[in-house]
Amino acid sequence: MGRVVTVDGNEAAASVAFRTNEVIAIYPITPSSPMGELSDEWSAKGRTNIFGTIPEVVEMQSEAGAAGALHGALQGGAMATSFTASQGLLLKIPNMYKIAGELIPSVIHVAARSLATHALSIFGDHSDVMATRATGWAMVASASVQEAHDMALISQSATLQSRIPFLHFFDGFRTSHEVAKIEELSDDDVRAMIDDELVAAHRLRRLNPDAPVIRGTAQNPDVFFQAREACNPYYFAVADIVQSTMDRFADLTGRQYRLFDYVGAPDADRVVILMGSGIGAAEEAVEALVARGEKVGILKVRLYRPFSAEALIAALPASTRSIAVLDRTKEPGALGEPLYQDIITAISEQTAAGNVAWDGFPRIIGGRYGLSSKEFTPSMVAAVFVELDKDDPKVHFTVGIVDDVTHLSLDVTDDLNTEPDDVVRAVFFGLGADGTVGANKNSVKIIGENTALFAQGHFVYDSKKSGAITVSHLRFGPRPIKSTYEITRANFVACHQFNFLEKMAVLEVAQEGATFLLNSPFGADEVWDKLPLETQQTIIDKNISFYVVDGVKVARDVGLGGRINTILQTCFFNLAGILPPEQAISEIKEAIQKTYGKFGQTVLDRNFAAVDASIAALEKVEVPQAATSAFLRPAPVPDTAPDFVQRVTAMMIAGKGDLLPVSALPVDGTFPTGTTKFEKRSIAQDIPIWDPDICIDCAKCALVCPHAAIRMKVYDPSFLAGAPETFLSKEYRSREMPGNLLTIQVAPDDCTGCGVCVDICPAKSKEEVKHKSINMLPKSDHLATEQVNFDFFLALPEPDRTEVRLDTVKGSQMAEPLFEFSGACAGCGETPYIKLMTQMFGDRVSIANATGCSSIYGGNLPTTPYTTNADGRGPSWANSLFEDNAEFGLGLRLAQDQSVEDAKVLVSRFAGELGDELVEGLFAGVTDIDEIGLAAQRQRIEHAKKILVDIDSTEAHRLLAGIDTLAHKSIWIVGGDGWAYDIGFGGLDHVFASGRNVNILVLDTEVYSNTGGQASKATPRGAVAKFAAGGKPTGKKDLGMIAQAYGNVYVAQIAVGANNTQTVKAFAEAEAYPGTSLIIAYSQCIAHGIDMETGMSHQKDAVESGYWPLYRFDPTAEAEGKHSFHLDSRAPKIPFMDFAMQEARYAMLARTKPEEAERLFDLAQDDINNRWHLYEQLAEVDRVVADDDEDEEVRA
Amino acid sequence: MSVDLTTRYLGLDLVHPIVPSASPMTGNLASLQELEEAGASAVVLWSLFEEQIEHDEQQALALAELHAESFGEAVGGYFPTLEDYNTGPGEYLKLIRNAKEHLNIPVIASLNGTSIGGWLRYGRLMEEAGADALELNIYMIPTDPRTTGADVEQQYLNLVTTLKGSISIPLAVKVGPFFSSIPNMATRLVEAGADGLVLFNRFYQPDIDLDELAVQPNLRLSTSDELRLPLRWTAILKGQVLGSLAVTSGVHTAEDVIKLLLAGADVTMMASALLKHGPERLTEALDGLRLWLEANEYESVRQMKGSMSQASSPDPEAFERGNYMKTLVTFARPMR
Repeated sequence: MGRVVTVDGNEAAASVAFRTNEVIAIYPITPSSPMGELSDEWSAKGRTNIFGTIPEVVEMQSEAGAAGALHGALQGGAMATSFTASQGLLLKIPNMYKIAGELIPSVIHVAARSLATHALSIFGDHSDVMATRATGWAMVASASVQEAHDMALISQSATLQSRIPFLHFFDGFRTSHEVAKIEELSDDDVRAMIDDELVAAHRLRRLNPDAPVIRGTAQNPDVFFQAREACNPYYFAVADIVQSTMDRFADLTGRQYRLFDYVGAPDADRVVILMGSGIGAAEEAVEALVARGEKVGILKVRLYRPFSAEALIAALPASTRSIAVLDRTKEPGALGEPLYQDIITAISEQTAAGNVAWDGFPRIIGGRYGLSSKEFTPSMVAAVFVELDKDDPKVHFTVGIVDDVTHLSLDVTDDLNTEPDDVVRAVFFGLGADGTVGANKNSVKIIGENTALFAQGHFVYDSKKSGAITVSHLRFGPRPIKSTYEITRANFVACHQFNFLEKMAVLEVAQEGATFLLNSPFGADEVWDKLPLETQQTIIDKNISFYVVDGVKVARDVGLGGRINTILQTCFFNLAGILPPEQAISEIKEAIQKTYGKFGQTVLDRNFAAVDASIAALEKVEVPQAATSAFLRPAPVPDTAPDFVQRVTAMMIAGKGDLLPVSALPVDGTFPTGTTKFEKRSIAQDIPIWDPDICIDCAKCALVCPHAAIRMKVYDPSFLAGAPETFLSKEYRSREMPGNLLTIQVAPDDCTGCGVCVDICPAKSKEEVKHKSINMLPKSDHLATEQVNFDFFLALPEPDRTEVRLDTVKGSQMAEPLFEFSGACAGCGETPYIKLMTQMFGDRVSIANATGCSSIYGGNLPTTPYTTNADGRGPSWANSLFEDNAEFGLGLRLAQDQSVEDAKVLVSRFAGELGDELVEGLFAGVTDIDEIGLAAQRQRIEHAKKILVDIDSTEAHRLLAGIDTLAHKSIWIVGGDGWAYDIGFGGLDHVFASGRNVNILVLDTEVYSNTGGQASKATPRGAVAKFAAGGKPTGKKDLGMIAQAYGNVYVAQIAVGANNTQTVKAFAEAEAYPGTSLIIAYSQCIAHGIDMETGMSHQKDAVESGYWPLYRFDPTAEAEGKHSFHLDSRAPKIPFMDFAMQEARYAMLARTKPEEAERLFDLAQDDINNRWHLYEQLAEVDRVVADDDEDEEVRA
Repeated sequence: MSVDLTTRYLGLDLVHPIVPSASPMTGNLASLQELEEAGASAVVLWSLFEEQIEHDEQQALALAELHAESFGEAVGGYFPTLEDYNTGPGEYLKLIRNAKEHLNIPVIASLNGTSIGGWLRYGRLMEEAGADALELNIYMIPTDPRTTGADVEQQYLNLVTTLKGSISIPLAVKVGPFFSSIPNMATRLVEAGADGLVLFNRFYQPDIDLDELAVQPNLRLSTSDELRLPLRWTAILKGQVLGSLAVTSGVHTAEDVIKLLLAGADVTMMASALLKHGPERLTEALDGLRLWLEANEYESVRQMKGSMSQASSPDPEAFERGNYMKTLVTFARPMR
């Protein structure tokens, strides 16, 4: 029996892939990224594969690039692999065809994830792998963490034997991220399955000048077909090879797999066929139903391609009468989903060949389940069997949702409980990054590796980047745990944040008699009255044993700050009784030693102290007979919210989105904007409170706020009539706009408490320097007042945009932000730029947004931050893909321009009705981009609409549909450095070359922020990032220079925290430039390892050190006799080290690898000096030959 | 016959009494070697700070866990998992080992802190790494009016006792001058286990930046003027307090060294002078000391050491004089 370990699916697969390969080419994509990251970590540690070498891990610019590198490595004779999912897998398809066509053995591992269709989803289903089934790769499906480990090796062995490349997949998140106890394959096990002769044979086939061959020829109609058929024998041999490999594996480990594995009644008449993690739930359902006497079973599909019809028939019971095939994907337009079609074809062929034991043809129905990690439970499986029992079942159905539109969904009525009594089921609600999940993973490890019990951990994350809620589902039991679904009958529930009780029905998952542990600042004798009524009632109704512990106080007392995880974990072990108390404590401490030892003794000492203090702080609460609370859980959205928000969005916010039927959702993925304002997250502890006496009206606070949670308005004093007496204002000092008042107002329930506004505020009290014009103060003291103030503030009028200097800092901040309250991190460096853009141009902008942080905080449900003004106008936004964003934006511009042409043609046709003056005005006004011109054009359009609406013709209707395009529309192409520098660069470059009127905003965080900090080509030399753990050895790509090389692209490099004015100017100039504009915006990020509160003022150091020079390249300047390249920042004043040592991404290297750090930092300083030297010269350069000189040259 | 410059400090025999004290110059092997070449008779290594160790350890953990397990696409956090965070005293211990390997002079390690804590175990680790002696630098800035002088003094003594209890190499204690009774404190420190005292700690004093309206502590290097304070107290303590006496702050020239030796110092320590003028300054001071002793026909440093301490000085009252006072003229001696 092998060594027992607790790992997740990704690690289980990667462990085998790493040991059996020499080259690993990857690109990060959720949920597969950890496989590449682990490989990189192991490689950096010097771990070797079974061949004795250290695998080389290389991060490419995209998955397409990774596939190319993979193909090259394979052609070069190396054992090579890649890890991917979803969109990334799609990008590999062209190379997959090639690799299979060339019969090169390889295994790639996929954490199967939904493809982006009407929406993007990071969650698991089979739509990505199903898109590759025509490539000629073999496909193997794992249904559990143990299988992800085992099948990885079986696939690797089989590919070498068969020369067919293998795609090994397992469900994203459900398996990839599930932590479970498995038996580890030793290096000897791995060696035993990998035939060195076959590796040698692979080596011999490489591209080799010593024995040259030619591949990738271009073939003609005379031979292509025959050559394509020549590989047939290889494919016919795969099924037997895989089975014999599985048999050999069984001899080695005792775990026997078959191409198809049947489980259930031997005389079953109803069989469900499926693959992937759904098997776990299905197997439990079958066990329960068979125990009831039902004749049912399931068939597990292991080898999906090549599909062995013989093996399928051999595995099905002879008694089979009806079959339901479950697919975890959707192929609209097809007769049925892929597995269903394969089963029907297989059974049809085998029946025709007379190879079947039954008479007639079984009834076969096909259903879809579990798309995008939708829960798939034993009850749903039971419903499928019920359907199969009907005389007239649905031939095509869905299960797990309510389809009230096409009525394909099955009713799930039998609440089949397959959870045994001897399994501990614990659910923990935690705040993202509070350590809850980490502690739970630790608990799974402790129990899994130190007892005979089996352990499973499944973790559900939030869509928000700060203040997110995590839910951990842990199971511990005496038998292997197959429950691949969330816990709804918990015998232990822990809530690690007191205020969650107000946000969600935490105890809904608790079963009768469960234990409830609450992290509470209130002791056992006062907590009851602090609970919402619903919580009290549930505790009483379900007879729950209720405990509290003041985790925060214990943590603070031992010097752990806010880290409560060790404390709550200790209490969990104490209450759950899985291990005897002393053993639990000693195991926890040992786990702490193992996990935290490398950080230092202080960390260990404090955590040990926390463990010791935890039990003493645990108190049992006496539960009264009746619920007595004075308050209810507040509604998720106000009842003044629009209909869609109340019916649909509110359900999602309350965690009840699963209950929404199909009719509630838009048919094409189109959602209304402006919904974040209805989700009052109220996550700040402290919020900024304004002292008007000190304020100097600079507007910096509003400018730098990531969430539009502190705003400025300038208005006539008459509007103060009826103001609440707590509402503050001051005289606005301005020559251009005299006689007005100014208010700086916080949105108290939307503020995240990041403190950036206070940090940037330059105004200090003369009496008490620490007191600024805004100060962070406890929200609890100010919430009620500021709620009232904010409501009044919103009702104050917006300024007349034609009278405000929108291209100045103050002017821009007087304008209404049309991007608010996103789920971005507290202190995010990207969002202030977006907010500014919407203040300056929001009512006329369409945004093409690349995948990345900006598409997540910009478009992740349930609520989205782009909103509308009082006229109903606002940014229209779409995320297409990652790699195509620049092209997508170009497409928007092409459409806009063509629509204008179309409208002009139609306007001409209606010249008679509209009148010459109006027509002339409309034509002239197309190019007006200033506020006055735009307002006038809109007025003309309204006037024209009034006339057109009375004309009854299709052309008039068509003109009405498109006439708004005659008013200037701006296209902004937005994305991060991952898109701009790497995966989307090809398209971006093409857009530069196009010269079309689009504005590109690159939010440069110098790393792949959204997926957890992998290095990009924007990562500077010496910075630590994933895949650059030893400091990035190469310098940062100069995207701005590349764009400038075209000569007709406007380029600006900006940093709002260092120079507000240049930032606003750059946006105005970019918008005004009638060609392609590029803005590269410095965005601080949590991945830099800085105190985010000072992130904005920290930008000053970035600029002063020359690390981030500010400049503008204006193609129109030469025509005015000026230089096109203009430096907006000064020569470096402080050394690189002064800036860099304030950031962990640099300081960490200095600490862990001092010599290498010194070498790289010296080079980094050189990078800065040399670049400045170059820029200084460029600022004096004439790019264009002057006219007189030109004549002279021609004459000469 | 040449003058015998040897001196004994903390039980260590040194070839002469001029030693570089803890500063950035004594924090890396290259400059330590330069100092040895310039003639240093021992070195005090750049300090390891209690708050820095604890802060660094907490920060390393905070970074590893930064926003981890919070958002589904970045479950593992935003930084690569590193093998070794090099927190704790690892680097410092390596410095000690390197110094011992490459230098022929005694190496005194330096530890900085204010409270009893786990960090005190580093003293033992420093001994294990080969340090010849340990200098404990205690700098407490009490700001709470409820903290009494006695509280502060007791804290100092507890620190010394605890540290001394865990090591077997000599322990020097570097303190500031802000005690009500320095002789009393000095005696009690020696009783608590100090083998020597280093007078005095120069605290970084905060300055106000008028442009930013911010408080910035910054380093102003010392001048010879600052010699007066430790000079007085060395002279007073010499002979009354058992244990070695070392003086730091204000030692810039040979004259400074000579004055301190006369007052009773066993060792004089230079930091600012070396930072300002380089290791050559030490050679110059050493040469100056030798020349003066030869010119004034002294046999050895041992001979002249403390010859002008308060006990031995012809003008003992001068050491006690605090403020300006008219010099008293004695007209007649009192009857006995």
